Amino acid sequence: MSPAATAADAAARAHARQVLAHLVLVRRFEERCAIEYQATRIRGFLHLYIGEEAVAVGCLAPLEGRDNVIATYREHGHALVRGLSPASVMAEMFGKASGCSGGRGGSMHLFSAQHRFYGGQAIVGGGLPVAVGLALADRMRDTGAVTMAFFGEGAVVEGEFHEALNLAALWELPVVFVCENNGYAMGTALGRAHAQPDVWRRAAGYGVETEVVDGMDVIAVEAAARRIVERVRAERRPYLLEARTYRFRAHSMFDPELYRDKAEVAAWRERCPIATYVARMTAAGTLTADDVAAIEAAVAARVDEAVAFAEAAPWEPVAALTRHVTAEAP
Amino acid sequence: MSAASATSATTTTYREAARQALRAALAADPRVFLMGEDVGAYGGTYAVSRGLLDEFGPARVRDTPLSESGFVGAGVGAAMNGMRPIVEIMTVNFALLALDQLVNGAALMRHMSGGQFHVPLVVRMATGAGRQLAAQHSHSLEGWFAHVPGLRVAAPATVEDARWMLATALADPDPVILFEHVGLYGLEGELPEPGAPVDLTRAAVRRPGTDVSLVTYGGSLPKALRAAAHLAETGVDAEVVDLRVLRPLDLDTVVASVTRTHRLVVIDEMWRTGSLAGEVAAAVAERAFYQLDAPIARVCSVEVPIPYPKHLEDAALPTVDAIVAAARATLEGGP
Ligand SMILES: Cc1ncc(C[n+]2csc(CCOP(=O)(O)OP(=O)(O)O)c2C)c(N)n1
Repeated sequence: MSPAATAADAAARAHARQVLAHLVLVRRFEERCAIEYQATRIRGFLHLYIGEEAVAVGCLAPLEGRDNVIATYREHGHALVRGLSPASVMAEMFGKASGCSGGRGGSMHLFSAQHRFYGGQAIVGGGLPVAVGLALADRMRDTGAVTMAFFGEGAVVEGEFHEALNLAALWELPVVFVCENNGYAMGTALGRAHAQPDVWRRAAGYGVETEVVDGMDVIAVEAAARRIVERVRAERRPYLLEARTYRFRAHSMFDPELYRDKAEVAAWRERCPIATYVARMTAAGTLTADDVAAIEAAVAARVDEAVAFAEAAPWEPVAALTRHVTAEAP
Repeated sequence: MSAASATSATTTTYREAARQALRAALAADPRVFLMGEDVGAYGGTYAVSRGLLDEFGPARVRDTPLSESGFVGAGVGAAMNGMRPIVEIMTVNFALLALDQLVNGAALMRHMSGGQFHVPLVVRMATGAGRQLAAQHSHSLEGWFAHVPGLRVAAPATVEDARWMLATALADPDPVILFEHVGLYGLEGELPEPGAPVDLTRAAVRRPGTDVSLVTYGGSLPKALRAAAHLAETGVDAEVVDLRVLRPLDLDTVVASVTRTHRLVVIDEMWRTGSLAGEVAAAVAERAFYQLDAPIARVCSVEVPIPYPKHLEDAALPTVDAIVAAARATLEGGP
């Protein structure tokens, strides 16, 4: 092989290891969250992203540090892939003062100014107008940054989605709208709530270009995201990516899953984004069994460390209760 | 009052003062922009922003579509990302379509993020009744917003405050909502020069007095001042306190006034049940009960949607006569 081909090969291997490391981190981290939930160390709502990991991993890959990310209450994966440390995220889940939001937010409100990660927004559709504003600020100052907004298909039938899409198109704002279409809004199947079952068609009404991608295929998601981010950055206008995906677990820890068949879940599990990626990459020789084992081991250690950190982390004193309401007097 | 130290004063309207405030803010800081429905080409529903589009251009005097939630949320996002937006919501009635962004968004971001993010957003909106606009265009809901930790709520009730509250609001690192009563835009008053930004933590005694405290804000201030003038004719010296800031309330100023007068009437255009007047009354009962020589009185709107015909609308709202009567009753009921 030529040196150039060897270098490209090495880059491809490194990239595949990076992608797998992200996928596995999100998966194992959340599996551990479910265990910690049973152990009552995590409370409240806990919405697992298991099954949907390829969407966050692929979409966030082309983003730069100056870009903005805003997501929903199902955002553990987005936070981790964006670079928030597993320890700070786990501590937040535990409600500890060392959490990425100081413990005030919990699972649904992960934030990091350093990572330009604007939450963790738990009102369905509510983050979309905010995404428009983030992009408006960049547009007015000509920073070249883009804003990526994640939301479920449930948000598409909220008015705020339509207001946000119209504004972003009207004002030519650099927003990548990523619809994580997992087919259900809690127990409501898409067909029972959407008069027009194709999410992407909604955007056409606002003159917003769209792409539909298989959200179980991280390679396809990343390729689409790279194309779209490049165009949004260059052309300064919004774009909508609909990623068709599926959540393998319940909506939250309170959901008895009365609304869907076990067979349907099992069929989607066959398309596990991690297993299929590993199979493809090992068949192609881009990843080896050793790579996979090494990544699993490294992730397991990071998750253990995150839990240990969260356990040891301090609680915020009750005396500090009224902090973070408005700016503190200097 | 600052008028005493002013080198000169001009007479102007509340509307013109509010426009001067916007113009000064836009000129002073490139991060500031105004957005809302019909703020640009139309000149503002109440003509406050007339002329500013020509001066500052469509990017900074930004007409929005009819999308209250959308553009208020855009204000939240722009504020979080380094700008200083002033969002105009035509009236509080339409702000109900943006409650999510104000109450779930603007008010909570600092808290949910453990202090990492803040929302330096100013929202202006018209409020109140009195123009025969009927039930869907006459709400006074200031207290709903004043209920929410994370928001600062203020009501400029004088020409001077219309001119000088905005600067303080823009300097605030957290969201501020300014309620401009529709009945005030035509108000004429003195604008002392040079002026200075309003202290957005303090109520103001608008008329000192010794016999009864009339505590109010916004569109009811002129009514309270007229009531005080009537009372003076019969030898009753009423003190008029303008709350100015509805959250957080400056209760020290209210309690100090009641400690002087020993009688309290609270005037509020909200419906009585759940009104801000109820909050003020409760706070005074908690903090200054033994100062009171008579039961606290409230003059609020009658519990009915605001009707269209003038005589019924007038009857539904606080009136000068009702304030005078309530004040007298506190004096008669005393020991
Ligand atoms: C405005 C609003 N209405 C209802 C809810 C309750 N709720 C939380 S998640 C959810 C389903 C949302 O589904 P979708 O947007 O498809 O996202 P997913 O949970 O599938 O990721 C609902 C109804 C909410 N949080 N916000």
